[in-house]
Amino acid sequence: MPNKLMQSKTGSGVGLKPAETSAPLDTAVHSGTSTNGHSHNGVHPSLSLRGISKRFPGVLANDNIDLDVFGGEVHAVLGENGAGKSTLMKILYGVYQPDAGSILFKGRETRIQSPNAGRRLGIGMVFQNFSLIPALTVVENVALFLPHHGMFLSRRAIARQIQEVSDKYGLHVIPNARTGDLSMGERQKVELVKLILAQAQVLIFDEPTSVLAPHEVDGLFRVFDELKRDGYAVLFITHKIQEVLNTADRITVLRHGQVVECGPRQGATAEHLVAMMLGIGVPEVVRNTQSNLETANGAAVEFRDVWTTDTNDPRGLNGVSFHVMPGEILGVAGVSGNGQQQLGEVLLGLQRRRKGTVLLFGQDVSRRSISSMLNAGVGYIPEDALGMAMVPDMKVEENLVLGELDRYGNSGIWLDRKGMRRQVDTALSSFPLKLAPLESRVEHLSGGNIQRVILAREMAMDPKVLMAYYPTRGLDVLTAETTRSLLMECRQEGGAIVLVSEDLEELFALSDRLVVMYQGNIVGEFQPKSASLHEIGLLMTGHHQ
Amino acid sequence: MVRSLFAIVMAFAVFGVLLLAIGRDPVEAYTKMFEGTLGSKVGLSEVGVRMIPFVLTALAAAIPARVGLINVGGEGQLYIGAWTATGVVLYMGVGHIWIMLPLMAAGGFLGGAAWGAIAVFLRSWRGVNEVITTLLSNYVAILLVNVFVFGPWKNPEGFGYPYTADFATEAILPALAGTRLHMGLVLPVLAVLASYLILTRTTWGYNMRAVGGNAEAARRRGIPVGRYLVVAMLVGGGIAGLAGMSEVAGIQHHLRPGISNNLGFLGFLASWLAGHNPTTIVATCFLLAVIIVGGDVLQFSGNLPSAAMFILIGLVLFFVLGFRRLDRATA
Repeated sequence: MPNKLMQSKTGSGVGLKPAETSAPLDTAVHSGTSTNGHSHNGVHPSLSLRGISKRFPGVLANDNIDLDVFGGEVHAVLGENGAGKSTLMKILYGVYQPDAGSILFKGRETRIQSPNAGRRLGIGMVFQNFSLIPALTVVENVALFLPHHGMFLSRRAIARQIQEVSDKYGLHVIPNARTGDLSMGERQKVELVKLILAQAQVLIFDEPTSVLAPHEVDGLFRVFDELKRDGYAVLFITHKIQEVLNTADRITVLRHGQVVECGPRQGATAEHLVAMMLGIGVPEVVRNTQSNLETANGAAVEFRDVWTTDTNDPRGLNGVSFHVMPGEILGVAGVSGNGQQQLGEVLLGLQRRRKGTVLLFGQDVSRRSISSMLNAGVGYIPEDALGMAMVPDMKVEENLVLGELDRYGNSGIWLDRKGMRRQVDTALSSFPLKLAPLESRVEHLSGGNIQRVILAREMAMDPKVLMAYYPTRGLDVLTAETTRSLLMECRQEGGAIVLVSEDLEELFALSDRLVVMYQGNIVGEFQPKSASLHEIGLLMTGHHQ
Repeated sequence: MVRSLFAIVMAFAVFGVLLLAIGRDPVEAYTKMFEGTLGSKVGLSEVGVRMIPFVLTALAAAIPARVGLINVGGEGQLYIGAWTATGVVLYMGVGHIWIMLPLMAAGGFLGGAAWGAIAVFLRSWRGVNEVITTLLSNYVAILLVNVFVFGPWKNPEGFGYPYTADFATEAILPALAGTRLHMGLVLPVLAVLASYLILTRTTWGYNMRAVGGNAEAARRRGIPVGRYLVVAMLVGGGIAGLAGMSEVAGIQHHLRPGISNNLGFLGFLASWLAGHNPTTIVATCFLLAVIIVGGDVLQFSGNLPSAAMFILIGLVLFFVLGFRRLDRATA
């Protein structure tokens, strides 16, 4: 039995029982059945989702999702960014309400109205960025989270309980340490202790390894095994295939908001999972068929051994070299956060490089200012539209001319709004997508409409070089197609495009060449026609190197 | 607009209840307030006298706020402006009035700007939060003025009072006959006009809004964000410095401790009440001036301590901001 040892010590206060605590509720449904068992034959799942759907403006984030999580198992939910994992977890935790479908907790239908309600049921979530207060000690953070203490806190009792849980699962959490002094891995363990003490029975880990060093990852997976043995249900959200194969008992693969696969780990292969996760289908209409390379005058952009870090820090660029020719689309595949963002930021001068050379049409631009790069014809569609490209409380028109007033007839001090409107109208006349009214504030627009404004802005300047990050993300199918045509058009006119995307179909359809980035390096280069999707998928997830 | 008026009426109503609770007749008090402010020529001129530094210190908060900086340092910048303007008088000797006053104004502006510069450069170079630096530098400024008026600048013929020598008439802003309303009035008028034009009609104002709205996006579009932050803070500090100049040259006619009595903080409040809009600031400063002058009237008539007026100002603040939030939440 799991908690015998601790129960005898703790006595009163916060109990440590994953499954038995809500027994009254539980037995009402299926009398007497222990949910602590290692197998789940004939047992209700701890948590079941049936037909969960959630729509956001322009996106169906979750589409009729079924999912069962049993006590005593590690269930991995695998999917790309944007596959709907995070939405699903937020529904489970009560942050979002589903538009359709039902949630069953131990066989009983329930509604999780808020994170508090989820917590009371026994659903605990370890977030990607943790919810701990750095200035407080571990004990204080845990105490804040526990609902069951009375008016007065017994620090000593809580510290003892933390110590017990920590010893039991080998977490090495020091109760009186200041949280701010702990590493990310240690904070994650504090989160876990917190949830266990709060009697969570279903533990959701959202991308838990993204903040961990490699050796910490192994430690976490050992903890998973321990938790499983004690009857906890562990739901593990990730896009890393190798981790899933190492730890999960069952695997659910999400793509475009749907469950495309659900089964036991036995028999699953990395190749199969990659295929399911990324989806191998016939791409849509736009395809890059004819080469338009202009090699006569050399590369439009060239990186020579560019570093943004001194050491091999996977969060920066570690000696990246590549080039893009005029009239070429270079596809950059990779899971986001592997250095793609730095490529564009270094080129534009937003981020300093430590070593290496950046050339624009053969000229060293390593020390040029942002505005001079923009004037030289570098366009940029950033990954975070609202945060990096738009001023939310300004109008569409004002955002279209952001930083480029002089190009829209305002080179002097006085603002000529009428003249600006005329020039904006002219610039938009050839833009194929319908924009939101020029007078509306950007903060009121949907993601797709914001993306259109950015596209319109960048295309209006006829970029010679275009850094395009996830340009079709959040767009409906037709708009996405039009966007791809726009990129092709830009290329046809001799533009050099670096297309960063997680949508491999899109990369295969549009790119003249493909590179794969992993941990700040380019780990492979392919011709889309001869490339293997499987191989790229494996490289993206760091499987082969 | 209607909401704000309603909020103000509510604040006066609640204050009236408070007056009742301490046994005063609110109708009588409000009548006295009205007569002492808007109901007479002297009263009106006093409201005008108070509005001069309010509007200036409010702009000192509003202009940095446009680029996303919070300048709580209006009080200190005002003191430094008063100090540098006085320095001009003490060290430049006496010249023609049309030379002296512009020089003093320039001195006040530069002093306030320099004081604001400390905060904005610390922010740009070291990432120090400007709320803290501007707030704390207020006290340094106040004490710095004390050091001078108790020390080297003290008038030897001043019977030991910590005052500088009185300014010569060439260094005094002329007043309207029979009132204290002085020529410093042109400063807020010009400052409001200029701020309004710059913020709404120029490319700078447009870029300032972009920087204040999303500095990261502005930076990525090639707008020199750092430059805008620095200039906005310098101009804000400078305008507060002008308020200091106008107080010593228009009202006090010498430098002494306590010239401001929270003018900088009240201006900050007026700016927030006005949503940092330079034309609305005129209205909120008018309201604050009426309340403050009215408070003095009540004190003279033996009814209430003038500090009670700060309760009324606090109520106005709560109600106006409270109703604005509601506005946004239901929008």
